[in-house]
Amino acid sequence: MVNFGNILQYLAVQSSQNSLSGEEYNITKMAVTTYALPTLPYAYDALEPYISGQIMELHHSKHHQAYVTNLNKALQSHIAAVASNDIAAQIALQPIIKFNGGGHINHALFWQNLVPASAAEASPEAAPSLSAEIEKRWGSLDGFKQAFSAALLGIQGSGWGWLVKEEDAGLRIVSTKDQDPVVSGEVPIFGVDMWEHAYYLQYLNGKAAYVENVWNVINWKTAEERFMGTREDAFKALKASI
Amino acid sequence: MSSVLLRSAPALRGALRVSAAVKPAAMASTSFVRGKATLPDLSYDYGALEPHISGKIMELHHKKHHQTYVTGLNGALDTIAEAESKGDFTKAASVAPLLNFHGGGHLNHSLFWENLAPASREGGGEPAGVLKKAIDEDFGSFDAFRNQMNTSLAGIQGSGWAWLVRDKQSGTLQLVTRANQDPVTGSYVPLLGIDAWEHAYYLQYENRKAEYFEAIWNVINWKTVASRFDKA
Ligand SMILES: [Fe+2]
Ligand SMILES: [Fe+2]
Repeated sequence: MVNFGNILQYLAVQSSQNSLSGEEYNITKMAVTTYALPTLPYAYDALEPYISGQIMELHHSKHHQAYVTNLNKALQSHIAAVASNDIAAQIALQPIIKFNGGGHINHALFWQNLVPASAAEASPEAAPSLSAEIEKRWGSLDGFKQAFSAALLGIQGSGWGWLVKEEDAGLRIVSTKDQDPVVSGEVPIFGVDMWEHAYYLQYLNGKAAYVENVWNVINWKTAEERFMGTREDAFKALKASI
Repeated sequence: MSSVLLRSAPALRGALRVSAAVKPAAMASTSFVRGKATLPDLSYDYGALEPHISGKIMELHHKKHHQTYVTGLNGALDTIAEAESKGDFTKAASVAPLLNFHGGGHLNHSLFWENLAPASREGGGEPAGVLKKAIDEDFGSFDAFRNQMNTSLAGIQGSGWAWLVRDKQSGTLQLVTRANQDPVTGSYVPLLGIDAWEHAYYLQYENRKAEYFEAIWNVINWKTVASRFDKA
């Protein structure tokens, strides 16, 4: 059975100081969940000319698949390490689970917050409430896009830019490194992958052009839904597909 | 700030290639005149590492990526100098991450180009002499060393580098990885670096990075590594 909650719960355990054997998060009681690569809601070439079909195919069928495969492998090893009371092995597996689990979550959210440019969802008009909040916070949609783009281009190395909704602070732009997952309490509205594999075959070192073009394929309808919902809602949409 | 960078990494002085041709008169007239970092020339053609690293990768990597680090480093140094001249040390300090990133990118790539060579020339093969002896002693064998280095490279989560270094404190050889463009510093002297950023291999190897990590051994310049070891 696919249970996306397990990996979220696991990552929550890692980031807190809870004992690994605590009642609430007893990992040994968790069933061995096997995660699966979600199918894309559009064809590989559907985001052209902004993101090439070749990039999308490699990105989904190779990169995302590798995160899923390595996550499943690491979780298996972790369960074995718990069963044999091998605490050193458990600790050694944590960064691997975080990296690959994060890669799985981030990419699954990413595919859903992209859409072909010709679709109605690609227009910010598909996100009336979110747009209003963005305008309140950044003055205008253009002001927001500029700030978000600057955050994307400021990432040093591999990482992601996210628009998130925080309970107290409201909308905020954050960037995360490598595959650090957006699971620390915010609602992820949409994310943009800034790893070189996300654009290099088409844009080479011209990442500013990728950042400019990705705005054409943001799924504002998904963004609106995530904005209106809770963090649980955002991840619930994922559970069905992975 | 550039002199601080140079002082803290004496072994890397050559790599930074800060122009020494600053006229004393100009030095006197402005308190913060200094040399600019410049893109070093490669000692081989862009296509010379084929088929192991494509000419297109080498050209983009050197002319675009490395150039961006050089430009970013000079920009960061300018900002610091300007802030310093106005006594705005908060502003100067805020540039530290950019200085680390672009300065590191410049240093790392300068070292990288020099520890590569065409397979038809010095590239590939195995180290000899005292370096070989040290590798055998600290890793068991050359093959064991190569496997460990490839494991380190494969384990990098995100962008980064793997380095063979000499630890001046223990006197031994070690493998270290660095995230993004963090330079190798402290008691570690960098001997051999391998760029594990996706831009270093993606056009040719796509997601198959293990193939790149295998192929690059055909173009390692052991003469350069040995001479760095002699000076370390
Ligand atoms: Fe990605
Ligand atoms: Fe590089």
